[in-house]
Amino acid sequence: MVMLVVAFVSFSLFNFVGDPINNMVGEETSDEERDQIREDLGLNDPVHIQFIRFTGNALKGNFGISYQLRRPVSELITERLPATLELVVISAIIALVSGTLLGVYTGINRKGFLSDVILAISLLGVSLPTFVIGILFIYLFAVILGILPSFGRGEVVDLGFWSTGFLTLSGLKAIILPSVTLSLFQMTYIIRLVRAEMMEILQTDYIKFARARGINEKSIHYKHALKNGLIPVITIAGINIGTLIAFSIITETVFQWPGMGFLFIQAVKFVDIPIMSAYLVFIAFVFVMINFIVDILYYFIDPRIRVKSEAVSG
Amino acid sequence: MASQRLTLLSRIKDSDIYFSFIKSPTAIVSSVILVIIFFCSFFVEFVAPFNPFDPSSLSLMEAFTPPSWSEKGMTKYILGTDGQGRDMLSTILYGSRISLIVGFSAILFSLLLGVTLGLTAGYFGGKYEMIVMRLTDVQLTVPSILMALLVDGIARGIISRELHDEMAIYVLIFAIGISEWPQFARVSRAATLVEKNKDYVSASTIIGVSNILIMFKHILPNIMRPVLVIGTIGLALAIIAESTLSFLGVGVPPTTPSLGTLIRIGNDFLFSGEWWITFFPAIFLVLLAFSINLLGDWMRDTLNPKLN
Amino acid sequence: MSFLKIKNLSVDYKMRRETINAAKNVNIDVNKGEILGLVGESGSGKSTVGNAIINLIDEPGRVSKGSIVLDGIDIHADPQNIVKYRGKKIGLIFQDPQTSLNPILTIGEQLIETIQTHLNLNVDDAKNKAINLLKEVGIKDAETRFDNYPHQFSGGMRQRVVISLALCCEPELLIADEPTTALDVSIQSQILDLIKKLTKERNLAVILITHDMGVIAETADRVAVMKNGDLVEIGPTKELLTKPKEIYTKSLVSSVPPTNKKISRFKIIEKENKKQSDTNIKILNRWVKKEISDKDLVQVESLSKTFDDSFFIESSKNSVMAVNDVSFSIKEGQSFGLVGESGSGKSTIAKMIVNLFKPSSGDIYFNDVCVTKIKSNKEMLKFRKQIQMIFQDPYSSLNGRLKVKDIVSEPIKLHNPSVSSKDLDDYIYDLLESVELTQQSAERYPHEFSGGQRQRISIARALATQPRLLVCDEPTSALDVSIQAQILNLLKDLQEQLNLTILFISHDLPVVRQMCDRIAVLKNGKLCEISNTEDLFIKPKHDYTKELLKLMPKIESIYK
Repeated sequence: MVMLVVAFVSFSLFNFVGDPINNMVGEETSDEERDQIREDLGLNDPVHIQFIRFTGNALKGNFGISYQLRRPVSELITERLPATLELVVISAIIALVSGTLLGVYTGINRKGFLSDVILAISLLGVSLPTFVIGILFIYLFAVILGILPSFGRGEVVDLGFWSTGFLTLSGLKAIILPSVTLSLFQMTYIIRLVRAEMMEILQTDYIKFARARGINEKSIHYKHALKNGLIPVITIAGINIGTLIAFSIITETVFQWPGMGFLFIQAVKFVDIPIMSAYLVFIAFVFVMINFIVDILYYFIDPRIRVKSEAVSG
Repeated sequence: MASQRLTLLSRIKDSDIYFSFIKSPTAIVSSVILVIIFFCSFFVEFVAPFNPFDPSSLSLMEAFTPPSWSEKGMTKYILGTDGQGRDMLSTILYGSRISLIVGFSAILFSLLLGVTLGLTAGYFGGKYEMIVMRLTDVQLTVPSILMALLVDGIARGIISRELHDEMAIYVLIFAIGISEWPQFARVSRAATLVEKNKDYVSASTIIGVSNILIMFKHILPNIMRPVLVIGTIGLALAIIAESTLSFLGVGVPPTTPSLGTLIRIGNDFLFSGEWWITFFPAIFLVLLAFSINLLGDWMRDTLNPKLN
Repeated sequence: MSFLKIKNLSVDYKMRRETINAAKNVNIDVNKGEILGLVGESGSGKSTVGNAIINLIDEPGRVSKGSIVLDGIDIHADPQNIVKYRGKKIGLIFQDPQTSLNPILTIGEQLIETIQTHLNLNVDDAKNKAINLLKEVGIKDAETRFDNYPHQFSGGMRQRVVISLALCCEPELLIADEPTTALDVSIQSQILDLIKKLTKERNLAVILITHDMGVIAETADRVAVMKNGDLVEIGPTKELLTKPKEIYTKSLVSSVPPTNKKISRFKIIEKENKKQSDTNIKILNRWVKKEISDKDLVQVESLSKTFDDSFFIESSKNSVMAVNDVSFSIKEGQSFGLVGESGSGKSTIAKMIVNLFKPSSGDIYFNDVCVTKIKSNKEMLKFRKQIQMIFQDPYSSLNGRLKVKDIVSEPIKLHNPSVSSKDLDDYIYDLLESVELTQQSAERYPHEFSGGQRQRISIARALATQPRLLVCDEPTSALDVSIQAQILNLLKDLQEQLNLTILFISHDLPVVRQMCDRIAVLKNGKLCEISNTEDLFIKPKHDYTKELLKLMPKIESIYK
């Protein structure tokens, strides 16, 4: 459903925003030639036929040719995809793991000094725009200290279908700053959400009742509260990965990381519609997959969804 | 009349909100900072030492002057100058005005849109509610910055390039505003659902009060607390979004630079050692966002609405 | 030497403006094998005492003074130590079984964990013990239900699971904080019987915290009465209820609606009770009095209402028949009662009569006009003017953002837009005084009033349109008994003097007996029987009515 809507939006983008012919050819092209191209591209066909053709092509991974770079979009995307995915996966792990841990810690130890410090930093983190963090990191680690590279992916190893930066030292060094930058904003966000969730659960009656039964605090925190608290974290994690992909646009710009976000921002500036619509379809696909996985995880974790309540008379 | 005003004042003084405000140093400090920033930005013509957009006052000779306390600094340029010899302090104040105007307008736009849709959806329910909520769900999964980028990209496609510079600020407001409204819609719908089931709404219906009046006279004031909290946090987000877009080069045109534009321009000089050109606008931006977030955080704790 | 001795217990809540003493120098002892009833109205400190025993008081409260001696040991001497007594020596039961259990652990996991915390048993032994316990508290198929999650149990069953959890490590003291308040009458009596049985079999010392004098009369051996943190009186149940010594206890007992007879008014015993006489109903002069006729004002004909679970797809499987083919009629000036447990459809019927819900089928006639067929807004407004409603929850029924003046004036202005501001003010004052509120109340906001006063504001608002029918949906069930008595008196006075027709909805049979001329009994959306009040109570026809009457807690049972 969502995919169809997105496909339609990107199709409209493709067709109605600006004149594709104008974008493709130079000023000196004659009207006859334009008509010829129009006919060749099938732009004179009825809209629904064009839409079906667009969807069919999209399914085959064919999004046309970039106006600006004059190369097939699918080629550009597959070339850039590994860089973005490696960045996002590393950032997601950093953000989720440390965010959840710190969130649980501050939720349980509400009044500790360390909690206050973590909270103050997390609020600062929410206020720091990603690009500012990136610039500060570059200035600190690349300009002043000179220990980490400030741009690019370093050396990459080409595995044929995938080019990875994980296998070389320079590649690993290069990913540190961008991934930490990207994860920081999300991490602070997760800390706050998890903390709020834990605090709310610790107020509930069943926690009180568990206390009244003499269950020890450790079990109350880590067995009773944490398990309930982690259920919403799954949703957060899902949204988090989506957001990271979007924010990778900024990080990639700051660190000149050769990923899809960098490609996209160039496309927006030069109104390179085929790349924009392909990126949109890609993002939508990722979101739909994430939602699907989140739903499945919920099914396994929350008994209220898995086990239907039977009608029992009391 | 006087006595009535007095009672209003004493009511405010008596309220828990006032009490928790004067008990919270962070709330006081952050609101003082905000008041100063707002004041300086909106009366920038009278406050700023220079007008950085007046070419006659610029001198390329004085470009790249470092801040006044460093060796080569000049006292008249407290925070130094940029590559065109513009006073940094003045440029920052002018820039923050743009950032604030865009931020406020965008958040106001999304607040009006979101609350109206959320309130009506929650109140009327049915298929209308389903459509509105499905729309917010879909849009909430798309991160706001991406949404804003898309809107901006589309606008660039539709509007011709010359017009675009003029329209840029409106496009930006629209792009940020349209990406933030689902938050307001969700929160106000959730609050409306709670309020709608309260008996005072039933009582009004039974008395014969019309739907419009019930929604705007009875329900709206009761759902404003969570909306204001979201609005405050949203303002910080909108300002950050604006600066991010400007930093990416798709925001306001360089002729009227906002904080984000200034940081982007300054970023180019970072490696050659002119750190202050990007550093001060960045600090200013963080200070602004941090103060708003501190205030928003305090509001959330005090008004204690259930968010999400 | 009693088993539990509470000595000079004081609990303070340090608030912003002042320190609230939730309990002041309370002395209570409980023996083994006895149920001590701890009664009081809201804010009396009864729950505070219960929580203080196991040192689980919510922030910012703390025990400021006193000692709690259990079996000869002062368990509060070392605050760290108290944890060992929780669950092991002292069991606690909370009010709401819906929220007392962890939703994502099976009841078996929760039982085994609790057992293993205190008793040195391996998993198999703990499981055996748990299953035996579940059987003991009356859960069938305990072996299979053991692996179920809490949401798979109904409310009454869940409370049984809670009891088994509280008792699984064989505590000797059981504290039950309003254990049946969230349950229906029929389930309430089952749970109370279970507690009584366990007390005897296990020789428990039980503290039963409740606001319900009927529950006390039927279960407690001794009673302690609390008010504003003070222990007012303590003694054997029979003695205390029949021959109360303190004024407060007397007024509390006399406020309880008797189940065995109808009285004209509740006796209000208070220290500064100046005007016990009939209330001065000022709005009488404004009232256009209808002559008493023998006509039916309301006729309900085979009314049904179905709620669909999913509004998207019309499916018959998920739909619930909330009201099923109900017919009755109410004569002008009559007071008609609708009685039933939760889910009986009584509130749904009320909401259809005031036209908040549309019936799925059937008709409602008001003054010979078919309510369901009103089309124009003007007609509807005319109808709205004649029917008003009073709600259960005094807190949610008033808009907290409006002054009392604006709340009461809204209906007046709506139905008479040309009213002058002078007349309007006079009208508002008359209304407020008729419900025994001062003129000054008009300028204040709802949160400045207590629950009972808010209910009076609600009544004033309802009277502002000069209705002929007043629908009262559980108007006193959220109030303390003494306040309930005042509000019921007020409603009676208003009805008499203004010749109002009242539709009174309640789950509380004694209250209905005091208020109504005719009563309809509902169960699961169906009508069981309609008859005149005294007939219904003396010779009920339907089996369900008989059962309800048998199970309702009776304060008079103490005389037997």
